Amino acid sequence: MAVQKFVVACFDEEKTLFTAVKQVRKTGYKIHDVFTPMPIHGLDEAMGLRDTSLHTAGFIYAIAGTTTAFSFITWALTYDWPMDIGGKPFFSLPAWIPIMFELTVLFSAVGMVLTFCYLCQMAPFVKKDHFHLRATDDLFVMAIECTEKTDESEVSDFLSAIGAVEVTTQYKETGWWIGRYDKETTIFGKPVEPVVAQS
Amino acid sequence: MALLKYESQVRPALVEGNKDYHQVTEDICRPVEARPSMLWWIGFIISVLCLAFGIFSVTREVMYGTGQWNLNKTVGWGWDITNFVWWVGIGHAGTLISAILLLFRQGWRTGVNRAAEAMTIFAVMCAGQFPIFHMGRVWNAFFTLPYPNTRGPLWVNFNSPLLWDVFAISTYFTVSLLFWYSGLLPDLATLRDRAKEKWRKHFYGVAAFGWTGSTKHWQRHEALSLVLAGLSTPLVLSVHTIVSFDFATSVIPGWHTTIFPPYFVAGAIFSGFAMVQTLLLVTRKVLHLEEYITLEHIEVMNKVIVLTGSIVGIAYLTELFMAWYSHVEYEWFAFRYNRLDLSSPYGWSYYLMMGCNVLSPQIFWFRKMRRSILVTFFMSILVNIGMWFERFVIIVTSIYRDYLPSSWSPYYSPTIWEVGFYIGTFGLFFTCFFLFAKFFPVIAIAEIKHILKKSGENYKEKMDVVEKESIEHFAGAHAH
Repeated sequence: MAVQKFVVACFDEEKTLFTAVKQVRKTGYKIHDVFTPMPIHGLDEAMGLRDTSLHTAGFIYAIAGTTTAFSFITWALTYDWPMDIGGKPFFSLPAWIPIMFELTVLFSAVGMVLTFCYLCQMAPFVKKDHFHLRATDDLFVMAIECTEKTDESEVSDFLSAIGAVEVTTQYKETGWWIGRYDKETTIFGKPVEPVVAQS
Repeated sequence: MALLKYESQVRPALVEGNKDYHQVTEDICRPVEARPSMLWWIGFIISVLCLAFGIFSVTREVMYGTGQWNLNKTVGWGWDITNFVWWVGIGHAGTLISAILLLFRQGWRTGVNRAAEAMTIFAVMCAGQFPIFHMGRVWNAFFTLPYPNTRGPLWVNFNSPLLWDVFAISTYFTVSLLFWYSGLLPDLATLRDRAKEKWRKHFYGVAAFGWTGSTKHWQRHEALSLVLAGLSTPLVLSVHTIVSFDFATSVIPGWHTTIFPPYFVAGAIFSGFAMVQTLLLVTRKVLHLEEYITLEHIEVMNKVIVLTGSIVGIAYLTELFMAWYSHVEYEWFAFRYNRLDLSSPYGWSYYLMMGCNVLSPQIFWFRKMRRSILVTFFMSILVNIGMWFERFVIIVTSIYRDYLPSSWSPYYSPTIWEVGFYIGTFGLFFTCFFLFAKFFPVIAIAEIKHILKKSGENYKEKMDVVEKESIEHFAGAHAH
């Protein structure tokens, strides 16, 4: 996993954050991500992120649930072991609606949560590098990717000028690994390569 | 995009006091990070003792069979199924608050949803115990699942409401748990990032799944919450509908009515809100969260209680009227002689139910009463007693007298082990709730922050200036 250099700017107001995002994008710097303590509506749009397709996934899981319930019950009660209950039809669809509905909801909910965890790369014991601990408290933390050509002092000055309360340069790993938050960074027990400043 | 930052002064603040984001984090994390108080220990130990007694009672039932309970030939469902329906009903308020109010965009839900959802999960856990142990041979409980078996395979009866119940309750539990936990992730990350002790960093590090607060993750998280809310809304209605089918699809007088599904759902929300009140009135006091769970929240929930209580009241009167109007003599007998007649063996329970559920909540038509903590607490207990008796009335008064007078059963009253089982579920419920209140944030931190700048008291004051502007300017400058 690659260690990269970032210029990290912290903002304490939504208003300044929104204008900052706009300015940074206009200037042409690449925003790696913005970390916020709560959802901020419209920020994804401002950052130019595309809308999530998680809903569509949920819908597909839901259909899968309905189909599973319907086909299984049909098979079990009309083909595999049909039971004559007072001469009622084997294919008694109205009585199956409750279970078909429950499985629709169950498949959709479980599937969506698993998909969510997969897309966000989240699971127990997953560890990620954090740019600022207060990103889950009260700061909006914007990380800007640096390339070899980036003049980092220029970026810092620019960020301070557009309202950042704190600007730092950090070397961080962008991926995730199995680790513990109370231990030093390790990947499968091996210490992470010491961070070397890239020219 | 012009954002309307503040809500009108006309609406009362949902977060009181002078708060900023950091203060919100501090206030809600404090009880988690501080040592548990004396009150917490006392409550926790009492709960564990109740749980222990429950385990003992259930162990006896498992060892010797359901004969340990006083169920008899016609009263085959007694305290166990009463308690089952009661606990499931209590769970419904949590989903209503977290899902339905999310869809309706009710800002006040943020103060109470986390605790209410936790209550849902614990209540459903308690509820599930009753039908499982009622089976008698509990080690065969897995027979209710459609797994390939060596008996044919003989499948479970998908046409039976009791099997629908298995699916409904287990789905309800799973979905509630997922909804609750996915909402908790950002707050667990907050606790992780604040943690000083090693065990805390590790514990919340594992629990938070590596949440970072990335914008993309928030976007997906919002989508997930919205869809889960959309799924939970029909789910919660279906669960109590299916529970009511356990009764309504049978031909027992007093059960065989089409009004049961809506009547049960309204009753479930009614009793659930009462339990939310009981829990939150204590929680806000003990954890000093009065600024987040305000009188405003309590008043709004009391309004829901008077509404659903009245719906339940209308349902009681409707089924009574229909019993008479339908000219079905068995139906009318069940109402006239088993319920309405105060001198009949269980007549008292019908009037207790009517008094607690229909008459007493009417007090909440008065604003002063809705905003009184003492009255609310007293009422919340009363409503829960009333709703327990509703289920008792429905179950026992319908089946203790059969079609044939010769098979009428002797007076059914529970044994100590039946009562012990019920006490045990209280123990389970409160043990879980105490642990939850100690190790998890009882209020959704991120969601409070989300509404803080709209509905926080110190931010709302700024709305004053805006409201003084002319309408033309206001619309031009602040409309979406």
